[in-house]
Parts: sequence; structure tokens; C-alpha cells
Amino acid sequence: MVDELLVPIASDVDVVTARQQGRSVAADAGFSSGDQTVIAAAISELARNILMYARRGEIALTVISNGDRQGVVVIARDQGPGIPDVGRALQDGYSTSGGLGLGLPGARRLMDEFDVSSVVGQGTTVTMKKWRQLSS
Amino acid sequence: MEVPILKQGQYLIASIQSALTDADLSQLREALIERVGRFRARGVIVDVTALDVMDSFAVRTLRDIAHMARLRGAETVIVGIQPEVAFAMVQLGLTLKGVATALDLEEGLAFLDGVARERVERGQGPFDRGPGHRDRG
Repeated sequence: MVDELLVPIASDVDVVTARQQGRSVAADAGFSSGDQTVIAAAISELARNILMYARRGEIALTVISNGDRQGVVVIARDQGPGIPDVGRALQDGYSTSGGLGLGLPGARRLMDEFDVSSVVGQGTTVTMKKWRQLSS
Repeated sequence: MEVPILKQGQYLIASIQSALTDADLSQLREALIERVGRFRARGVIVDVTALDVMDSFAVRTLRDIAHMARLRGAETVIVGIQPEVAFAMVQLGLTLKGVATALDLEEGLAFLDGVARERVERGQGPFDRGPGHRDRG
């Protein structure tokens, strides 16, 4: 297991840092430049969600292996207000912030695995993974 | 980091050089809209070749720039969206609907020249004739 890379999110500069770190972690894990961009874009959406709804939080980046697959795990954590209706937040065009409402559903489309756990009043954790086959 | 904005004839060219924060993008929007008036620009080119990611905020800001500039009388064209960036944008559901795009700076300039010619043909105001010809009834 590789060490976890933690990026604190508290300002819009941190959003840029998080997606740049995500890109470099994805590059280290052997992802193509196209996949690096996809991962960076998904991180950008989640990091911005943290800023908009919770004001602060963190993005954790880890490289994982599973048999013949290698992947990047991105965990976005905050202790913000939480999401009352996760199902709705995952629908395209639904936004309570005046945004495009593409953040969560968009990030989900970009990644292979996507999980949201949220408790109102306690915070939200989004875990997403992108996999690539290791060539034998 | 502030984005440099060049004036070339009746066009403004904003060439993004590095990753931008949300604040940088908003600043670019304000600066471009103000300069459209100050320089009486008829066209705006935003070159995003150096952007390695376009997320929902970036796309919304570019769309706002294009729509605001149009309200001020200038056409906007976004140039230089990289192939991987285009791929990620489509996956995210971001489309830049209603905003002109072109492959690169050269194509962007050609597009704006075309818009300018159409305007002259339709009698919607002079192009490349200098500010002295602007005061018409």
C-alpha cells in the first residue's frame, strides 16, 4: 500500500493544487495522459464542492493494486452540512449552490467507482476510483 | 495569476498561460468585458491551449465571457481545447453550447474575420474602417 497524499482544501488555490497532485499521482500509477486529465477533472469538481458547501475539507490520493489492475483512489472528505438527498445530488442539473449541477454526476461519469456517504450536520465523504489494466 | 490580454486590431486576445484558480477566471471575465468597451473591440479570442483541465466552473466562466461580450457587441471564440480536455469535458457533460470554438489561434482569427465580413455585408456596422466611421444614424 502506498502512502496517502493529503491535500487540504480551503481556498480556490487548493482546488488547483489538488487536481495537479491528482494528475501526478495518476501519472505515477501509469495512467495515460487522457486518463490523468479525466482524474484531474473529477478531483476539481469534488474539491470545488468542498469549498462551496463545506468551506474546508481535504482530498486524499492513494495508488492501489488489485491483482492485474492498478488504480487511483480519491477520497474527498469534509465536515460540512452534509447532503440531505444523495440520490438527487447525483442527478444531472440538480444544484443548491447556483452551479451547473454537474459536479457529482459529472465526476461519477469520469470514474469507474463512485460512492457518496453523507450525514446531515456531520459531513460528506466521496470515494472514487479509476482503474487500469496492468499489461502482463 | 493574471492572464495577459493583447489587443490586435479590433480583437482582444487572452492567452491563458498556466492553470487558473476560480478567482483568476473571474478576474479574466471582468477584465475582458471592461476592455471590450475601452478598446471598442469587435472580437475576443480566449486561447486555452495551456489549460490542462476544464471543469464546470471554467466552462461556465468561458460561456459567461462569450455571452457578456456579445451583449457588448463583440463575438468570442474559444481556441485550443486539447483532445484530452475535450474528452473529459464531454464525460462531465460540459458542452459550451452557443459559444464559438476553433482549433487554434489562426482558425479563431479567421472565424472572427468571417463574422466581421458578414456584419459589413448586412450593414450592421463598419469593420476595419477606424473609429471615425462609427457615428452613424
